Amino acid sequence: MSTREPVLSDELRAAITALFPRYPTRQSVVLPALHAVNERLGYVPPQAVVEIADLLGLAPAQVQDTLSFYEFFPQDRPAGRFRVWMCRSISCSAREGESLLEYLAGRLGIRPGETTPDGLVTLRPAECLGACELAPAMLVNETLYADLTREKIDEFLRKVQSGQKIAN
Amino acid sequence: MAAFEPVLSANFGKPESHTLAVYQAAGGYRALGKALRQLSPADVQGMVRTSGLRGRGGAGFPTGVKWSFLPKDHPGPIYFCLNGDESEPGTFVNRLQMENDPHQVLEGTILSCYATRASTAYLYVRYEYPLARRRMQAAVDEAYAAGYLGKNILGSGFALDAYVHCGAGAYVCGEETGLLESLEGRRAWPRIKPPFPAVQGLFRKPTVVNNVETAACVVHIVDRGVEWFRSMGVPPDPKVLGDVGSLGPKLYGLSGHVNRPGCYEGPLGLPCRQVIEEMGGGVWKDRRAKAVVPGGLSTGVLSAAELDLPLDFVGPTRAGCLGLGTACLVVLDETYPMFDFLYNSCRFFAEESCGQCTPCREGTHWSMMILERIKAGRGRLVDLDLLLEIGDQIGITPGTTICGLADGAAWPIKTTIRKFRGELEEYIRRTNPQGHLATEPVPACVEPCEAASG
Repeated sequence: MSTREPVLSDELRAAITALFPRYPTRQSVVLPALHAVNERLGYVPPQAVVEIADLLGLAPAQVQDTLSFYEFFPQDRPAGRFRVWMCRSISCSAREGESLLEYLAGRLGIRPGETTPDGLVTLRPAECLGACELAPAMLVNETLYADLTREKIDEFLRKVQSGQKIAN
Repeated sequence: MAAFEPVLSANFGKPESHTLAVYQAAGGYRALGKALRQLSPADVQGMVRTSGLRGRGGAGFPTGVKWSFLPKDHPGPIYFCLNGDESEPGTFVNRLQMENDPHQVLEGTILSCYATRASTAYLYVRYEYPLARRRMQAAVDEAYAAGYLGKNILGSGFALDAYVHCGAGAYVCGEETGLLESLEGRRAWPRIKPPFPAVQGLFRKPTVVNNVETAACVVHIVDRGVEWFRSMGVPPDPKVLGDVGSLGPKLYGLSGHVNRPGCYEGPLGLPCRQVIEEMGGGVWKDRRAKAVVPGGLSTGVLSAAELDLPLDFVGPTRAGCLGLGTACLVVLDETYPMFDFLYNSCRFFAEESCGQCTPCREGTHWSMMILERIKAGRGRLVDLDLLLEIGDQIGITPGTTICGLADGAAWPIKTTIRKFRGELEEYIRRTNPQGHLATEPVPACVEPCEAASG
């Protein structure tokens, strides 16, 4: 893909511009803009950073500075279609969450932090999802999976790999 | 004492509890109507101040006092930020409030804005709470349509706009000035105080940052009155100068090794053991508790011998903990290794240190590297002293960092080592029978490990 081609569609630019009245400064729109791009493209390539900066009247470095702080927006390639955050903080860990993280990584054939070669699943350990009463828990895109067991993970993988829709 | 009637969680679990119709049917927005018709902003501020309400986000600062720091007769704008960035490990009750009763949170926000003369409210909700965010947004939309937000609210002339703002997975955004930096679109590095946000906050304007549960309490103070609020909890101790007590209802969270994890409402100041036994159905698998985190990881741990302490703002400090924190308890049973707790806790803070202050950035990271080495079977007994040295030197208390989250990183280290030293020493002896008595510096890791590459 050529980096000269604009990556922000007109629709995306309009969605970002629509946020302007909410804040007295353009810089405040950086995070919502990054979310909007990440939601649609699955990542925020450097060219998108340049275009967001242009739209907000900022230097690209200002946008990149904020982006890099959050460790949340991939820049090299899109995250998997299913972004899985498996919680490993204390309440989940105490209920075997970490062994389930290893189990899921093993089933996927990747290490935590990686994306499957087919681009289907990105697996990341999460620092407390705030779902402690449902431990062990994982968040898949916008869906929370509670009281996880190996069986529930197997069932999740069956659905993912057979292309079934994941309930939202 | 009269039977306790839950108010903060009264709507949890009702069908469609997140909708305006259900909220109104249960008396929702009655308090807002009362305030706008009968009370001045100063009246509401006075009620909150005399109620003794203390911030529920962890620090326990009196809310009315925080509001009173706003400059008088400021031409505006004044901003209000709702802190829904709940990220403290073990803590989840704000999520349940926003998911199950977003209108109660919003009504509290609107009342707080009225009291503080704020004209814009930003509802900062962490990324990891997609359902809470959707429901808060839907509540905002419904409130605009019903005339509870916007211009001339309920014909009173009071105007307020509210916007949901989404975080991006950083723990430090829960620190109030980190949250402001994040809202302004920058890295969430906490600010040096003073100036405090009340004087110079969001966009350099006077700003109030309040927790979700704090805002919800305001609804009931206005609705049921100050005396009702002061009728529960722990009254101020007249012998302690300036003590404001621990008054009002509280949502307790329970997770870890309990039979019934969940969110339970009661008066502030219940004994820890009572919350675990009566609300949570006791420790699971007929085991006993070994350690309990009283209010989020940052508060440290209570040992089994300390569970009769009351969960008020002072109780846990009597056992060397940071404080009440969020009153979300994590119970660890008698079989759970405290080394694992220490490791898990240090890993969290090493991951989440924002990197601004050297003592926290380096201290949390070196703690983790020491623990990685111990885990790899190369621990020394003196490492526990080294960890304590780090724990005692990072944070606002020793005066080495800008924000208190470094103190939060230190408390689990300090309390775990001081209360469970025997078990930790035994772990080191067992995993490093040859070298545990060594005192000389240990050569750097040869093989790459998670801590060294992180």
